[in-house]
Amino acid sequence: MKYVIIGNSTAAIGAVEAIRKNDKEGKIVILSKENHHVYSRPLISYLLLGKTTEEKMKYRKDSFYTENKCELKLNKTAERIDVENKQVILDDGSYESYDKLLIATGSSPFVPPIRGLDKVKNKYTFTTLDDAKALESVLNENSRVLIVGAGLIGLKCAEGISKKKVKITCVDLSSRVLSSILDDESSEIVKKHLENNNISFYLEHQITELDEDIAVLDDNTKIPFDVLVLAVGVRPNVSLIKDIGGKTNRGIIIDERCRTSIPDIYAAGDCCESIDISSEEAKVMALLPNAYMQGECAGMNMSGVDFVFDKAIPMNAIGFFGLHIITAGTYSGDVYFESDGKNYKKLFYSNNKLNGFILVGNVEKAGIYTSLIREKTPLDTLDFELICKIPGLMAFSKETRAEKLGGVRK
Amino acid sequence: MKRVYVNEKWCLGCHLCEYYCAFASTNETDMAKALKDKKINPRIRIESNEGINFAVSCRHCEEPLCVKGCITGALSKNDGIITIDRNRCISCYTCILCCPYGAVSPSEDGAVQKCELCIKTNVGTPQCVKGCPNGAIVYEERGE
Repeated sequence: MKYVIIGNSTAAIGAVEAIRKNDKEGKIVILSKENHHVYSRPLISYLLLGKTTEEKMKYRKDSFYTENKCELKLNKTAERIDVENKQVILDDGSYESYDKLLIATGSSPFVPPIRGLDKVKNKYTFTTLDDAKALESVLNENSRVLIVGAGLIGLKCAEGISKKKVKITCVDLSSRVLSSILDDESSEIVKKHLENNNISFYLEHQITELDEDIAVLDDNTKIPFDVLVLAVGVRPNVSLIKDIGGKTNRGIIIDERCRTSIPDIYAAGDCCESIDISSEEAKVMALLPNAYMQGECAGMNMSGVDFVFDKAIPMNAIGFFGLHIITAGTYSGDVYFESDGKNYKKLFYSNNKLNGFILVGNVEKAGIYTSLIREKTPLDTLDFELICKIPGLMAFSKETRAEKLGGVRK
Repeated sequence: MKRVYVNEKWCLGCHLCEYYCAFASTNETDMAKALKDKKINPRIRIESNEGINFAVSCRHCEEPLCVKGCITGALSKNDGIITIDRNRCISCYTCILCCPYGAVSPSEDGAVQKCELCIKTNVGTPQCVKGCPNGAIVYEERGE
């Protein structure tokens, strides 16, 4: 059996670790367009912040590939798949044949078509280690940095470069920071906290025109800058599958076994869309835990063990300047709410189940809420009033506690 | 695989397990000296409500969501025990988002903390079990 994995990040590692549980000998080839040992992408902002190092941000140890008998081919971009001959054609003209193929190509930053963007010399995206290093190399004390996008990537970038005594301004079309994961009130708390840490915002605005070192907003505000960071979002890398007629939407469409619509080709991670069980909608959930679990699921099925991953939900744990945020699921239904101005908790529930939650500040034991969403736990089987106030096992029945803590089986 | 099991019927809610846990990770020899005037931050925690008490610590799950979700690779499972490489953890709290038991918690030194069955301490065996005066916490094989 020969496994080929296109991509060398979280989903790929999940797949390798799963394949090796079942198949110790099959050949595994990993193709990466980057030139790095597997590293954790979300850590690039922590690298700039000085909270980690290139050595420590390796997602698996140096011996990972040899221990798992993987052939790692760096600096190789897969150009297309020859389905008939079961081969991946690479950019250098060579090819790699496969029995089972995993597409773990991730996503690419979306570069918005802003007039004058070509005149900007210092422009960067922020999703890879090379991006982070390139950005860092042009930052000087007092550099004026304009970040387009106040989402997860843009704000993590802002925090990452904040120690470098640069002046940071953030522009976003949305009226809220982190609009994909926060509601109005929690977003306001986070925004104030960021402003207290010297990040300025122009929300509900967009750049209409750029010159080499100046951005003009839709209300004609002019923002001079030295460095521009484009962080408006990412797009799943779907072309390898799309080009051969495989089913894609925004992301590659996979089933709960991480199979694409083409035989022997699987996909996992940020390049895919799958069912969010908190809303029953197909979504791109570009999150590291989901990438690992999809990779694992693909790897199990590729190596002949039937395995289902059908518990994906949107979920994020993120922090800025010491303020922690944990969110998960879908924000619909009835609301439980508490806030003391500093800590913020909102739970969303309907039809006897928890749909989603937002926690800012105190995030302890958040996983208890995540678990209620993932497992679709019927809320009438527990003390819902108690668990709203205090996430804990106390709210479950005595029998469930005995099972969870005492190893007693049903 | 031996695990820490809790029987709430015997738990007095005395919190001694929390003190033994906090003490174990200091690697000191005198508990009073090690913990005097300190606010402890143990890896095992008592939950109490209306006369019911029980201790919660890492279950070292068969399906370790914290390990699978860990964004740095700092959490790993070896020989059935989930441990954390505190040097690599950056306290993003994804593990706190993922753990269904609420058994991973923040700590003061920039890494999260969780029960590692005392394997990194000088004594090497779970001290919450040793410290429980009523046999409510045991460390044994139950064929899980």
